[in-house]
Amino acid sequence: MESIGDLIIAKYNYWAVITLLLIGLYAMIAKKNLVKKIIGMNIFQTAIILFYVSIGSKKGATIPIILHGPAGSSHAVHAADYINPLPHVLMLTAIVVSVATLGVALALAMKIYSQYGTLEEDEILEKIMESETG
Amino acid sequence: MIWPLDIIIVSMVIICGIAAISIKDLLGAAILFGAYSFMMCLLWSVMGAVDVAFTEASVGAGVSTVFFVAAVFRTSRRSKD
Repeated sequence: MESIGDLIIAKYNYWAVITLLLIGLYAMIAKKNLVKKIIGMNIFQTAIILFYVSIGSKKGATIPIILHGPAGSSHAVHAADYINPLPHVLMLTAIVVSVATLGVALALAMKIYSQYGTLEEDEILEKIMESETG
Repeated sequence: MIWPLDIIIVSMVIICGIAAISIKDLLGAAILFGAYSFMMCLLWSVMGAVDVAFTEASVGAGVSTVFFVAAVFRTSRRSKD
């Protein structure tokens, strides 16, 4: 039966993932500025990438490059000596997708700024209500 | 994984994330977000994911920061929260 202190220390990067997910979610919901919301969305995406990279890492393993392959030598390759590279390859795609969504979101924010003259969400909503009533 | 270095970098990541969303100046938020991405890149290279680390260093800390700075210079720099 492990204590709660051991649980926090042994699984610290999963606690960091939870903290970063909560920071990103708070910024997306509670912040009024649109650029702050986009920063929160990016923090959320990086936290998910950190979760996947944490799944792949092993204690006492090295980076997944085989130096002495089975072609030239007689000994077999032990999979426990190498970090699992499959989550890394999946997360390379996720990084490229995150920079694409960042570009689209900032282009939309610049379009909103040229239309309404502000980046604050409450002022934009006031201007929309004014243009509907008047 | 070298765990004392890892804990220092994890706490730096969380500090940079909180600072990037709580600063009033949007240009400062963009720079702090670049620092956050670079700390995340260091964390991944410590964890052995070197390909993810150098993609994050070029795309996350490089191109994302350039996008943020360009967007802040084309819109307003001040933020209410």
